[in-house]
Amino acid sequence: MPYPQELLYTKEHEWIRVDEGIGTVGITDYAQKELGDIVYVELPKTSDHVTANEPFGTVESVKAVSEIYSPVTGDVTAVNSKLQNNPELLNADPHGEAWLVRVRLSDPRETEKLMTAEDYEAFIREVKQR
Amino acid sequence: MRYLPNSPAERAAMLRATGYQSIEELFAQIPDELKLRDRLNIPGPLSEPEILEYFRQAASQSTREYTSLLGAGAYSHYRPVVVDALISRGEFFTAYTPYQAEIAQGTLQAMFEFQTLITQLTGMDVANASLYDGSTAATEAVLMALRVTRRRQVVLPRTLHPEYRQVLETYVRHQDVDLKEVGYSPAGQIDFGKLRPSVTAETAAIVIQSPNFFGVLEKSAEVAEIAHRNGALLIFIVTEPLSLGIVKPPVEADIVAGEAQSFGVPVAFGGPYLGFLSARETFLRQMPGRLVGQTQDTEGRRGFVLTLATREQHIRREKATSNICTNQSLCALAATIYLSLLGKRGLQALAEQNLAKAHYAAQELGRISGVAVPLSGPFFNEFVVKTPVPAEDLLAELRKEKIIGGLNLEKYYPELKNHLLICVTETVSRAAIDRMVAVYRRMAPLPKVSGRAAELDSASIGRNR
Amino acid sequence: MNRIMGNPIRHARAHVTRNEDLIFERGSPGKSGVDLPPLDVPAIASSSALGTEFVRSEIEGFPELSELEVIRHFTRLSTWNFGLDTGLYPLGSCTMKYNPRINEVVARLEGLATDHPYAPESLVQGCLKILAETARCLAEITGMDAVSLQPAAGAQGELTGTLMIRACLAERGDPRKYILIPDSAHGTNPASVTISGYTVKNIKSNERGCVDLSELERTMNNEVAGLMLTNPNTLGIFETQIREISDLIHSKGGLLYMDGANMNALVGIARPKEFGVDVMHLNLHKTFTTPHGGGGPGSGPVAVRAFLEPYLPSPAVEQRPDGTYHLNYDRPKSVGRVRAFYGNFGMAVRALAYILANGPEGLRQTTEDAVLNSNYVKSRLKDVYDLPYDAPSMHEVVFSDRRQAARGVRTGDIAKRLIDYGFHPYTTSFPLIVSGALMIEPTESASKQELDAFIEALRSIAREVEEQPETVLKAPYTTRVSRLDEAAAARKPVLRWKP
Repeated sequence: MPYPQELLYTKEHEWIRVDEGIGTVGITDYAQKELGDIVYVELPKTSDHVTANEPFGTVESVKAVSEIYSPVTGDVTAVNSKLQNNPELLNADPHGEAWLVRVRLSDPRETEKLMTAEDYEAFIREVKQR
Repeated sequence: MRYLPNSPAERAAMLRATGYQSIEELFAQIPDELKLRDRLNIPGPLSEPEILEYFRQAASQSTREYTSLLGAGAYSHYRPVVVDALISRGEFFTAYTPYQAEIAQGTLQAMFEFQTLITQLTGMDVANASLYDGSTAATEAVLMALRVTRRRQVVLPRTLHPEYRQVLETYVRHQDVDLKEVGYSPAGQIDFGKLRPSVTAETAAIVIQSPNFFGVLEKSAEVAEIAHRNGALLIFIVTEPLSLGIVKPPVEADIVAGEAQSFGVPVAFGGPYLGFLSARETFLRQMPGRLVGQTQDTEGRRGFVLTLATREQHIRREKATSNICTNQSLCALAATIYLSLLGKRGLQALAEQNLAKAHYAAQELGRISGVAVPLSGPFFNEFVVKTPVPAEDLLAELRKEKIIGGLNLEKYYPELKNHLLICVTETVSRAAIDRMVAVYRRMAPLPKVSGRAAELDSASIGRNR
Repeated sequence: MNRIMGNPIRHARAHVTRNEDLIFERGSPGKSGVDLPPLDVPAIASSSALGTEFVRSEIEGFPELSELEVIRHFTRLSTWNFGLDTGLYPLGSCTMKYNPRINEVVARLEGLATDHPYAPESLVQGCLKILAETARCLAEITGMDAVSLQPAAGAQGELTGTLMIRACLAERGDPRKYILIPDSAHGTNPASVTISGYTVKNIKSNERGCVDLSELERTMNNEVAGLMLTNPNTLGIFETQIREISDLIHSKGGLLYMDGANMNALVGIARPKEFGVDVMHLNLHKTFTTPHGGGGPGSGPVAVRAFLEPYLPSPAVEQRPDGTYHLNYDRPKSVGRVRAFYGNFGMAVRALAYILANGPEGLRQTTEDAVLNSNYVKSRLKDVYDLPYDAPSMHEVVFSDRRQAARGVRTGDIAKRLIDYGFHPYTTSFPLIVSGALMIEPTESASKQELDAFIEALRSIAREVEEQPETVLKAPYTTRVSRLDEAAAARKPVLRWKP
């Protein structure tokens, strides 16, 4: 699947979409494929603080746990409650309905370090070859 | 050697196939200077009859000729022969951990049944497939409460099994945890006056044992109220779970954990035993140990699998809920079989027998002048007795009657000199109890009375001799 | 076909293909599988003895079965298990070796099975002797100076070991902060280390799958308390530079811990003390034949050099000059207790019986057979399965599924297909440093005939992968249940029966 152009991407396979200072964060299609059937998601609470490149939650499949790293620094304004009872949404629609959290960015310039869809697709090709 | 299935010719053929010239070459990666040159100084090889003789000799220096009145966390109950007959089936006891679910449905279903039985007994929502023993189960319960509440203080009763407390201390020594002890009342129960001020917004959990180390039952509702009011958890520890055959389960607790050795696991000089841990549903993902869950296969057939493995060490490694790997599967199977045999009525009847025996013994002892049953709290099959003469002297006399009279509490409770902890289960006959009582009576000093009462009393004492 | 005269045929042995009910779904009210002897003391009403507030109502849902029904239920359940009594069980790192039956008999002898741990020492000399003699034999086998049988399992042994390292270094002035663990290590290693208050530092393995000595040199400093090593490692490869490794650790004031899980490659051949190991644990349920029991109980004794002896758990079993045994609680430097009582005594009995049955020659022969069997399997499969590390294997061999993965088949699938051929699978996906690991440890408990059948099975599966991968992907076909839905079990856990 071609990666959505309007999103930005991290090396840890998260994506972020920024709208007027609020970033919506999720994990990429590559990440959900690597994990397999997702069974549980652990997320922060609203108004928790997150820091760029630091883990803020975990995603679990049957046999693996992965930490989720925040692409940006800021305060959590919303958490996707649908994932509580339907973690399999992350497998079905990782870039859309299965967003994880929304963050109010403390420093919008942090997103300048992130990858575009094209860069990310190239990055994945390289990772697969290793 | 009878256990090794290859003949010299077969070994030679396999060696040829590997391309190595000699067995020594197989070990060539071990530097010569590190190889063993001498013969190991160990006995053997012994044939089967010789092995039997060796262990029979050891068994002859045991307490098998004695009646034991010891409890204190390890209980002598009758084990129906069906338990060993079933757990001795090779498919059960030689199997590994059921990671390959398709060929381990026997173990998995039995563990699912075990988990269910524990929740039925304790009144909790979920139980794991066992931990090493009661002491580590109690410790894991505390560690769980610390994780859940993110607080650092734990309130413990002085009546928690002393060795359980020691284990907990070992585990939390490097974890920045504050253990606070609360004493007991004259009834032998937790001292509420001391408990209330000890519980604060820093407290992660209150730990209560019931029956406690003195055999006395503790009420859960009141302690739960104190805990919850402060945002702390209530951890209930049970070392004699047979009591749950007649005692109300601590449904107000958050975690109920302890020792299930009473259910078909031999006393065996201290192990292996059977730890259990059960909790409210909300704490599920913080539970340590293996969990068996129900599911379906591709054809819709019910089956069982190990689940929520992501809590465990083989996945989370240093972030695991615990370092535990093995559970006590075969012991849990024994318990499941034992409880299936006893069933609803049998468990209650057995518990009632234990109650009757212990209360009869306590009553008879209490009648003797100079002997006291000092704790007034209700008890199940264990109680404390204050001896009329030094405890060690009494125990020595009892040994002459082939009775191991109980645990001298002074070792753990210096304030309880000449106090014995006596456990009377269904395995102790009335005749043995009466023999024990007779020794107490014989050793108790004559009561000092005066006048007519003295004549009457000495007459009756003469008759009882 | 399933009906006679319009009535459905009901199978008496339905458990073979269909569900066996849970015990709660069988039975009926009023039944019990136990008849108690009559009460010989006056009965007492629970409410009078305890007070009504303590008395429970009946246990809801508890089973009510006759003895016969219990026998049939659990016998049927057992037929769904594959035990090592059934056939080859080549799980790597688990050492599934024969559980001698004589062990079970001696463990059940009256006295040994019934002695209470708090009975007077003079009356339990038999049990104390067994503990002392087992400890002595294990010390002799490892070359170490003292052994404690207290830890309940390997993971507890590791915890005890790291606590002792900490106690020793603390007494020397600085407990330090880190413990080094190779990335190939078993998961209990880092988990245990963390409880002792240390932080784990992972060490990468080199291209031979062994500890990279220069990496170790870079990482080892006076903030590191020690290295936790498995030898042979989890790839079944011997750390040939073990003396250089231990010298390096010691030169910087650290201690060397050895995870003894793979002792089945060393017993009677080499002793860890010679490697420079300071403290180690053993797994009685691996090397010393105590049964796995479907997941436990185990036993994880620790063995130490003399300078660490004072830190061993309390009490210690000791022999007096007059030959009698006693429990020594006067151990001020001990790290304390890791469990109540003295350890899994029942497992010590079994381990000692195994040691006695073998004697020094038997133990050595056992190790030779274990290593030979593994190398035989390796030599006859290396042309069809990928060997990720070019190094001699000891008692276990690790392949990877790289070749098969190219056809979309992974190690887990191959393992499931192996079940159809009548074998228990090997260990899949461990160690983590190998992508798609097939970890095979046949142990000495495998005849050449069985090994040949096993080899043929894996070769046949490799052919299936080439020609018809679908066959392997949908396996197993011969079990009662197939491919259970683990994701559903984790998403909506059902962990108990409810009416």
